[in-house]
Amino acid sequence: MHFHLTEEQAAIQDAVRGTLADTWPIERLHAFADGDADFDRDSWQALMTLGLGGILLPDSGMGLLEAALVCEVAGEAAAAGPLIGQLLAVAAASASDKAGSHVDALVNGERVATVVHGGSAFVPCARAADLFLIVDRDAGVRLVPAGEGVTIEAVKASDRSRPVSKVEIADGAGDTLFAADDPMTARLADAALVLVAADALGGAQKVAAMSVAYAKEREQFGQPIGRFQALKHQLAHMALDVEPARALVWYAAYAWDVALPDTPRAAAMAKAHLCDIYVRTARAAVAAHGGIGYTWEYGLHYWFRRAMFDRAWLGSPAEHRARAATLAGW
Amino acid sequence: MDLSYGEAAEAFRAEVRAFLALHWPPPSDARGADLKQYIRTFRALATDQGYLYRAIPKCYGGSQQPVDVVRAQVIREEFVRARAPMEVGGNGMNMTVPTLLEKGSDAQKELFIRATLDGDYIWGQGYSEPGAGSDLASVRTRGELSADGDKWIINGQKIWTSQGMQATHMFMLVRTEPDAPKHDGITYLLIDLNQPGVTRRPIRQMTGEEGDHTFCEFFFDNAETPVSWQVGERGQGWHVSRTTLKHERASIGGAEGLGKQFAKLVELAKEVGRIDDPIVRDRLTQIEGSVLSHRYSSYRIFSCAAAGEDPGPVALMMKLLLTEIGHEMALLAQELIGEHGFVEPAGAGGRGNRGPRGPEKWLDQIMGSLGNSIAGGASNIQRNIIGERGLGLPRDLAMNGER
Repeated sequence: MHFHLTEEQAAIQDAVRGTLADTWPIERLHAFADGDADFDRDSWQALMTLGLGGILLPDSGMGLLEAALVCEVAGEAAAAGPLIGQLLAVAAASASDKAGSHVDALVNGERVATVVHGGSAFVPCARAADLFLIVDRDAGVRLVPAGEGVTIEAVKASDRSRPVSKVEIADGAGDTLFAADDPMTARLADAALVLVAADALGGAQKVAAMSVAYAKEREQFGQPIGRFQALKHQLAHMALDVEPARALVWYAAYAWDVALPDTPRAAAMAKAHLCDIYVRTARAAVAAHGGIGYTWEYGLHYWFRRAMFDRAWLGSPAEHRARAATLAGW
Repeated sequence: MDLSYGEAAEAFRAEVRAFLALHWPPPSDARGADLKQYIRTFRALATDQGYLYRAIPKCYGGSQQPVDVVRAQVIREEFVRARAPMEVGGNGMNMTVPTLLEKGSDAQKELFIRATLDGDYIWGQGYSEPGAGSDLASVRTRGELSADGDKWIINGQKIWTSQGMQATHMFMLVRTEPDAPKHDGITYLLIDLNQPGVTRRPIRQMTGEEGDHTFCEFFFDNAETPVSWQVGERGQGWHVSRTTLKHERASIGGAEGLGKQFAKLVELAKEVGRIDDPIVRDRLTQIEGSVLSHRYSSYRIFSCAAAGEDPGPVALMMKLLLTEIGHEMALLAQELIGEHGFVEPAGAGGRGNRGPRGPEKWLDQIMGSLGNSIAGGASNIQRNIIGERGLGLPRDLAMNGER
């Protein structure tokens, strides 16, 4: 039995963490958030140079678990760029006979792909995207090149790290890679849920850690505020929310990798549970910080906003819990 | 990640199964003393095989096996599947024996360990007092040496002793140096409970549970115990009591129990006709998210233990997590049983055969789940532990001078 990270898996996270620390410090995030772009080429290319684009290639020796570990660190750093879309587009394109020509350019990051959730008008990083991967459980999976029946309307996005645009894609644009009843459609939709759950895990972990660090350093009444039980217990509960849920993400990714029968349900549970936790932890983090947490400059709000995005994107926790209840046969 | 136990473990599983097929269950006509003897012999055979008492040296009746959490888990699974008796449970195996193994004298090990393994000695815990709960080191039960220096004379009160009505012996924390700093004035004593100076009384619980199986309080009125039954140095009892059983402690047993209880909650929703209610489905799956987090985290802790790695702070969270989930389940159960809860369930809170029980039986869980937030380290103490040991936050000022 092995149900904790291997050294190699921990090393992948360290590499991504180090790269983002160099290319995506909070100052860059601040500058990006105040600008108009929905994509940051430098940090993106640095990540792709690590070889992350190819994690979900069939012969990579890695799988959704490694992809989730990467998305977790991206969530921690509030990284820009449609990482989830890119990872899934590689999985989709390499499994289909219609999109093989895109695979290399997606793996090395030259071409950028983003995910369109079937039925949603909002797409992250749409203006930078070369390819749109539409994943719709009821209609199948389509890959649409930018410009081919794709209309983009910029909006002032609330999530400043992965800004959305309003996107319309004409019926029949692009290629259908998988029909609705192709098992790959459900698998890609499930994988997307697990990767969002991983982003939420990383973000929740980040805001909890920021709160703990601040509680050790901030003094009131002549004491570090983390000494006071009222706050200590709040911080303990944030950790209690986040840390055990990590294994829920691991399990959902592992289930997907070895195609366990409960994969769809595990993905739904992970998405619902982690996205609720992220919102709850982000709110608790602002409260735990006090005034500084409420400022723009401190930056907690980037994760707070990202938490709201993760929660609603690809279906709310309530929607996925309802699915999970049905999948359980209740 | 790989949730299988591996080929070696599965071969070992086949071995355990073959053993169980041969020796369990007992002949269907075995009753009373015969059955008791059969179980005793069965445990002895299982110990010879290395299945039970793995952390106990052979000279004291154990099987002295190398640490192997995967094997230990396979044994547990197969014994549970066969409904075969495992080790004698209770405080004796969990607390007394590990403490003696680490801190006891040879004579004490000789005298107590085998009798505890055989189930002849049943141990009560003498830690909590009416005035010493979370602040355990403030115990006030006094121990004074007899004039000849051979005996400790004990006066005071202990409370919340499980299996108190059955206990033959007690391990206890007693203040022997009233003038020393509070952690340095305590001595760890063993005592025979069957003596005139000891009175025991069951505590009736909020669940209604009372009688032979509930907690007890004990009153000591010049009770005596030989100085040779003192474990560790005089005044060092606090440190002696910190000994815990680490051998193969990691298991996924708690998660199995929680999973079963959650499955029963789903059954309850069906039984009362609420399973199609979207609100109930949402609450159930919300709780299940935590149930599964607990389950997979116990896999994680187990996996780390098998690999000899530290799982980190998550291990400190499991008790509070279990308590919080029990609390959430109680709230939903209360919603589901509705007016069924107006009727006290048969044999409320108790154990054993209680006859047929309807949805009202959840009152046991609804009230009993609160026990978890108190026993074995209250929830606020767990929050301190997570905050201080897990997150590295500074200690509370009131406890800053403490250890």
